[in-house]
Amino acid sequence: MLPALFFYLFAFVLIASAVMVVAAKNPVHAVLFLILAFFNAAGLFVLLGAEFLAMILVVVYVGAVMVLFLFVVMMLDVNFAELRAGVLKILPIGLLVGLILLFELVFVVGAWVTAPNLVSDAPAPPQTEVSNTKALGQLLYTDYVYLFEAAGLILLVAMIGAIVLTLHHRRDVRRQSIPDQVARTPETSIEVVQVESGRGLK
Amino acid sequence: MAEWWTSYGWPTTLIVAHSLAVIVVLLVFIAFVLLADRKIWAAVQMRRGPNVVGPFGLWQSFADLLKFVFKEFIIPASANKGLFLLAPIVTAGLAISAWAVVPVAEGWAVADINVGILYIFAISSLEVYGVIMAGWASNSKYAFLAALRSAAQMVSYEVSIGFVIITVLLCAGTLNLTEIVQAQDRGLGLFGWYWLPLFPMFVIFFVSLLAETNRPPFDLLEAESELVAGYMVEYSSTPYMIFMLGEYVAIILLCSLGTVLFLGGWLSPIPFAPFTWIPGVLWFVAKVCFLFFMVSMVKAFVPRYRYDQLMRLGWKVFLPISLAAVVIVAVVLRLWQHGV
Repeated sequence: MLPALFFYLFAFVLIASAVMVVAAKNPVHAVLFLILAFFNAAGLFVLLGAEFLAMILVVVYVGAVMVLFLFVVMMLDVNFAELRAGVLKILPIGLLVGLILLFELVFVVGAWVTAPNLVSDAPAPPQTEVSNTKALGQLLYTDYVYLFEAAGLILLVAMIGAIVLTLHHRRDVRRQSIPDQVARTPETSIEVVQVESGRGLK
Repeated sequence: MAEWWTSYGWPTTLIVAHSLAVIVVLLVFIAFVLLADRKIWAAVQMRRGPNVVGPFGLWQSFADLLKFVFKEFIIPASANKGLFLLAPIVTAGLAISAWAVVPVAEGWAVADINVGILYIFAISSLEVYGVIMAGWASNSKYAFLAALRSAAQMVSYEVSIGFVIITVLLCAGTLNLTEIVQAQDRGLGLFGWYWLPLFPMFVIFFVSLLAETNRPPFDLLEAESELVAGYMVEYSSTPYMIFMLGEYVAIILLCSLGTVLFLGGWLSPIPFAPFTWIPGVLWFVAKVCFLFFMVSMVKAFVPRYRYDQLMRLGWKVFLPISLAAVVIVAVVLRLWQHGV
């Protein structure tokens, strides 16, 4: 009963905030509702017993990706009224995408109902033996380690590509070199001069 | 009805009571930690600090509480009212909710979950939202710029804290905070804890702790002397107090995380009879106080970092070192077969 109660709570808030993402007038509010939606999805994961996925969802999506989203939305001066005016033009495309998604979901659930052994035959580690963090680790870092590392390399290449594209190294600015500053000693930076009275330094 | 009570009612009541107890004790502790912070700072500068309210100024924090609560709070005319008031609540609420998994003594956590450390990491990665929301909702360019600055700072240091935590997890072989502490109980007392083998990581954790909670010398978030309290510039009275409260709860949270990860949690530093009789919670509190004392001393005698130096330290120094440490620790454990 208690899990069911929490399921309905999370599910309701999730759907309500998802609706608000689309309906909110202010883009910043929309992003904040999206964050709430992610957070509730994490709650649903916890109820499913997938606590590792839940925490990773919060760390990665809510803690990192959405911060960038929020940054961009806050910095851009989006005129939302103007965007809303063009909604009729985009509406058919949106409806089409929504319709396709709906069909796909119907197929997935339909397969579940009509051919349940298709789903249950899928290999799943027994829940009681290992915690799901350990099971995921076993799968990612032992069974499929090469594929995992290939994925990591692809991400690394993408990251380096993004850095190379945006990096301009300006030579005409003065920069602080902390190793140089730390390496300075009195001998390298101070010169003691005997100044003759009345003459000064030249 | 009786069955319902034993299977749902009683456990729920117990959890609520447990949570309330943690919150109340925590907030009272924070009140004295705040005072201790000011006293230590004053002592370093050869001042007396707060000494008027009660003996040695012990009730100063409570007097401040009353002062804040009875002040009028001002909401800027063009502020986004809902978010403006939500921001401090988010900050304090998140900071307090992370305490659900902290084991202050053996079996004393409200929720002893398998992924405890990830939970704390997840919650502390959310704390940046309080700052961003406050900065944006104030509708002031100073608050907004400060929010951007401090969000970048908090996100940067989370990365190195994450890697430091991974090195500890590699040694302990578990994500459960209770088990991490138990893994440090090797009969060597003080010298069996992870601060010794992972000393460089402990230092990085400590410095990242300062940056993550926006303590001096990384308090570019507030910098009340030059940047007019950053994103909190429009806040006054109770909302401001809630921000401060959340900040100190987060500091104590990270101090206790440091205690669990590196200083052996509730374990006694001297592993034989008269010392092991002392309840674990006292050792835990003593270790947290020790870490907080160091945090407080840093505030007193290190000048503020410049923003570009702060970013350099996070990305160019701590990130490579902690990343290398993860690899080195993993290799060493693999060679010694100490790991899981």
